[in-house]
Amino acid sequence: MRNPLSERIVDIPFSGIRKFFDIAAEMQDVISLGVGEPDFDTPWHIRDEGIYSLEKGRTAYTSNAGLKELKMEIAKYLERRFEVSYDYDTEMMITVGGSEAIDLAMRAMLDPGDEVLIPQPSYVSYVPCAALANGTPVIINLQEENEFRLTAEELRNAITSKTKLLVLPFPNNPTGAIMERKDLEAIAEVIIEHDLFVLSDEIYGELTYLDHHVTIASLPGMRERTVLINGFSKAYAMTGWRLGYACAPKVILEQMLKIHQYAIMCAPTTSQYAAVEAVRNGDADVAQMREEYNGRRRYLIHRFREMGLSCFEPFGAFYAFPCIKEFGMSSDEFATRMLQEEKVVVVPGTAFGDCGEGFLRISYAYSLEKLKEALDRMEGFITKIRQSK
Amino acid sequence: MEMREKILTFIEKNSRVDLKDLAVMLGVEEATVANELEAMEEEHIICGYHTLVDWEKTSIEKVNALIEVRVTPQRGRGFDSVAERVYNYPEVNAVYLISGGYDLLVTLEGKTLREVAQFVSDKLSTLESVLSTKTNFILKKYKDHGTVIAKPQDDERMLVSL
Repeated sequence: MRNPLSERIVDIPFSGIRKFFDIAAEMQDVISLGVGEPDFDTPWHIRDEGIYSLEKGRTAYTSNAGLKELKMEIAKYLERRFEVSYDYDTEMMITVGGSEAIDLAMRAMLDPGDEVLIPQPSYVSYVPCAALANGTPVIINLQEENEFRLTAEELRNAITSKTKLLVLPFPNNPTGAIMERKDLEAIAEVIIEHDLFVLSDEIYGELTYLDHHVTIASLPGMRERTVLINGFSKAYAMTGWRLGYACAPKVILEQMLKIHQYAIMCAPTTSQYAAVEAVRNGDADVAQMREEYNGRRRYLIHRFREMGLSCFEPFGAFYAFPCIKEFGMSSDEFATRMLQEEKVVVVPGTAFGDCGEGFLRISYAYSLEKLKEALDRMEGFITKIRQSK
Repeated sequence: MEMREKILTFIEKNSRVDLKDLAVMLGVEEATVANELEAMEEEHIICGYHTLVDWEKTSIEKVNALIEVRVTPQRGRGFDSVAERVYNYPEVNAVYLISGGYDLLVTLEGKTLREVAQFVSDKLSTLESVLSTKTNFILKKYKDHGTVIAKPQDDERMLVSL
């Protein structure tokens, strides 16, 4: 029989956490700090609208770009929250999670040989999506001393004549880093100077604890070169509904929509009806969850300080990214041992890029009780290693 | 949100939180939280710290009733004096002045149906200003004080996700 597989696909590696998942799944009494989704249920009034839409028999496709009602609400929301305006009809589409939008944007914008700048540590899908779109991923290694923000200098150093697109993953998974207005202004200058485009993944935009999140699309001259990606998963605790959206200039968006039309048809109808309620009446829920995450964030950072574990203060998403270099172990070794000896699951920083070596991703999408128990175990583990040295 | 509101919002759901942890989560000194709590107890903004018990799961029998009471308000004192006469009975859990078809809503806890019935007929109905009562027995509590009584669901998320 012939090889049934595409070499290009086979060459793309599996994500690095399968091993952890497999070990942890076999163990009893494991506490996980390894989850990348909210611990809250979707607020009831949103679920209720989903149920109601089913009762009404709204079970058909929507238009390819998504429900008009939802897009109009999102346009209002983006103006209200992030001071950026999009024409719901020609510059916006509803996708199957932010993930689909990432894939679509890369495929719509890249030709073979085009270089895509991907700052790391960052979410695992940018590199494979760039490769699947025939682009060439070029990694920018972010530095802890800059709190894992992207600097204009780092950007400038990575640009070549082939560079076309910059992925901007802030607030960041896994580091919790954010980009403030001044940080964005500094890189916007370089982006415009070199005529680059930006894929701005702002799925954690609502979960910012320092100041209000700023989207790069709201900066002068940036809107026409930005694909803004957001969604409902993190802000409204709706991961399982698989619903996101993309906003972009018409010329880019219509090509993204073409791929979506052939590959997906439309985002799930039930989810879209629920999302109308979320974006229309969900601001208070988001504020409440953000307040709750913020309390846990402070608690987590406080505990790290007490343990003497070095960690910059993260102001976004629901992750902290402590440094474990003092223990003389790789991230993978540390995480594996802590799982085996203390039954605590964390994700090694290397799952998010080679420059994540020496760090761990700790999620605080957990109740205070769980967080406490897990951190007590972690503290015990660290004390034990320090003593054995 | 103001500090007081933040503290109240938190402890209304979890009054047993360690003060030190609460201070860390609110990003303030422990003394600040302790002082605010003391002041709010003093001002009777915080009226008590109670425990939500599901008696159904114990072997102890309890009967709860909601009683709708129509009363004649008294000159100069309105409903306050009759409300006071009612709430002074230890078996009365709560007394609310209500808008609508009746005046006072009284919640009551007794050991048996008979005990509750006896309280209503002997004590409550015989009060001079009480015009009528209507007793509703509680058959099952689903949610109380914002808390669902059934055991909370386990965390069904995958152990690890990126």
